[in-house]
Amino acid sequence: MTAARVLEEKLASLYRAGGRIVGGVYLGKGQEAFSVALGLQLSKGRDIFAGLIRDQAGKLAFGEPMLDATRTYLGSALGPMRGRDGNIHRGRPKEGLPAMISHLGSMVSVVAGMLMSRRLQGRLGDAVGASAIGDGGTSTGAFHEGLNLAAVEKLPLIIAVANNQYAYSTPNNRQFACANLVDRAKGYGVEGYEVDGKDLLACLQVFQHAISRARAGHGPQMVVGSLLRLGGHGEHDDASYIPDTIKHSEHGRDCLQLAEECALERGWATVTELAALRESSQKEVDRALAQTSREPSPDPYKESWRALATSALVDEEK
Amino acid sequence: MSLTYLEAIREAQYEALRRDPRVFIYGQDIGEFGGAFKATKRLSAEFPGRVLDSPISEDAMVGMAIGAAVEGSRPIVEMQFADFSSVGFNQIVNQAATLYWRTNVPCPIVIRLPSGGTPGSGPFHSQSMESIYAHYPGLVILTPATVEDAYHLLLDAVELEDPVIFCEHKFLYYHLKADALPTSTLPIGKARIARPGRHATVVAYSAMVHESIRAAEELQQDGYQIEVVDMRSVKPIDTGTILASVARTGRLLCVGESFPWGGVTAEVISRVVADGFHLLDAPPQRLNSKDTPIPYHPNLWRAHRPTAASIVAELRKLLKF
Repeated sequence: MTAARVLEEKLASLYRAGGRIVGGVYLGKGQEAFSVALGLQLSKGRDIFAGLIRDQAGKLAFGEPMLDATRTYLGSALGPMRGRDGNIHRGRPKEGLPAMISHLGSMVSVVAGMLMSRRLQGRLGDAVGASAIGDGGTSTGAFHEGLNLAAVEKLPLIIAVANNQYAYSTPNNRQFACANLVDRAKGYGVEGYEVDGKDLLACLQVFQHAISRARAGHGPQMVVGSLLRLGGHGEHDDASYIPDTIKHSEHGRDCLQLAEECALERGWATVTELAALRESSQKEVDRALAQTSREPSPDPYKESWRALATSALVDEEK
Repeated sequence: MSLTYLEAIREAQYEALRRDPRVFIYGQDIGEFGGAFKATKRLSAEFPGRVLDSPISEDAMVGMAIGAAVEGSRPIVEMQFADFSSVGFNQIVNQAATLYWRTNVPCPIVIRLPSGGTPGSGPFHSQSMESIYAHYPGLVILTPATVEDAYHLLLDAVELEDPVIFCEHKFLYYHLKADALPTSTLPIGKARIARPGRHATVVAYSAMVHESIRAAEELQQDGYQIEVVDMRSVKPIDTGTILASVARTGRLLCVGESFPWGGVTAEVISRVVADGFHLLDAPPQRLNSKDTPIPYHPNLWRAHRPTAASIVAELRKLLKF
């Protein structure tokens, strides 16, 4: 959580300073507890984690190298997307990290397919696949189709819905009409849970339960975390449409700060240890950025410009 | 042994399932029922657990296949009709077509599109989608016109590392027959001279190859020898074979069943003009369906799509130029 926050704060300041970040910056501030609680309880090499744009914390917890983020944001040719796709779209599909496309809801069926394939090959074991989504994404047809398919196939799919109250600028009441998004789980025939998305311990518990249910063969699990995005849709957006009353309410509290308070209260960490954690995260971020800064940018003259894996079929015509 | 175009597709899927344990088929009503056109008849019994009924969810069907391909499967997705692939369009053009380029992970999926018009099928069960998909980088678009190609191109498609849009023509399903399957055929990406000639070249694909051959037969009675090139694959386009034919004849008509704005026929003409302008003795022409949705009534439908008669009329104009 801390590492993700520190990394994203640095990326935001680089974006504001201008010049070094290629493309936009989309942050997960306020959503780290929900995201990390999922990523932490999945294991790379066994499970699948299809994070979306606000899952920096979950991706780091899952085991995505920090360099993947810095290389993609700074446009290094050595990043997993090699300059061909940017920032939050990065992924390593063969390592259980599907690379999202911008069309929301689309990754749900892809994760379902990854699980289906493993089951067909007899190597699913007790793996689960998680697909992250937001309140807005649940309105797409792709989300519905994907979750319904996974439910029909009874796949071990975790749907993590971060309800951050706004899809870009559109509030929940213009997005869906049901009382609570978790009510939808019943309609799909899947098990659903609601959690305070700011509360790290609660998130850890609910995902632990949901993941164990999925591993045990009880089909898709839908977890809805209620939280507030503590910023704009991207760093270009000042979130002026979110009323101050919400920002300053209990609901608008910072999950990282709450987690730190909780750790201190329970005696799990001291103030000094928390400060040390932040400092070591800062060093890790600085190292990653320093290394990325020395790396080459993609070169259009060395780019293959071929979209097909079968080179013999590449159409050489104009 | 006699085999229809549809049976060849079924046999190719049987063979793909038999050869390669990574292959599975996913689509609506394709399991025990055997598919709307029976292209998977008895396959679910012969390969239990590998021929699976899907919900009516074209988007998720394709998304699922993409995920399965990432994990090492070789999925074949059957769209019930090509027209419905528009619901899965996003997954096809934005996810399947971009996956390899973005992530270096290939996406070996085959999406079968029962394509083209048949009498009485109307606007939503008759479409030809090859031009739409060919527009997007990262896809291979196959358009078999013969029983042999229906079989071999489909088997080749399953072996390919790239996503393939397999446009099989419904009008050919039952009527087109072959005595046997040849053991070898041209590879993907190579066009075929379906009928040699020297006065004009007709470039066509899928069902239009047969309309073009009929047109050529009719014109033969007037002494014209029309060469018909079967594209087989509309992406990639075998420009070399097309240019070589135009070099022999000096005249070009390109025929396609899809809508006229842009598309495969426009692409062929554009390439021939750019690379073979000096070979042309007359302005190259193209013939497509009319620029309206596809009509339901057979009287209207026959007039909407190119036919041997309308191809003959176009060729006569071209030959007189």
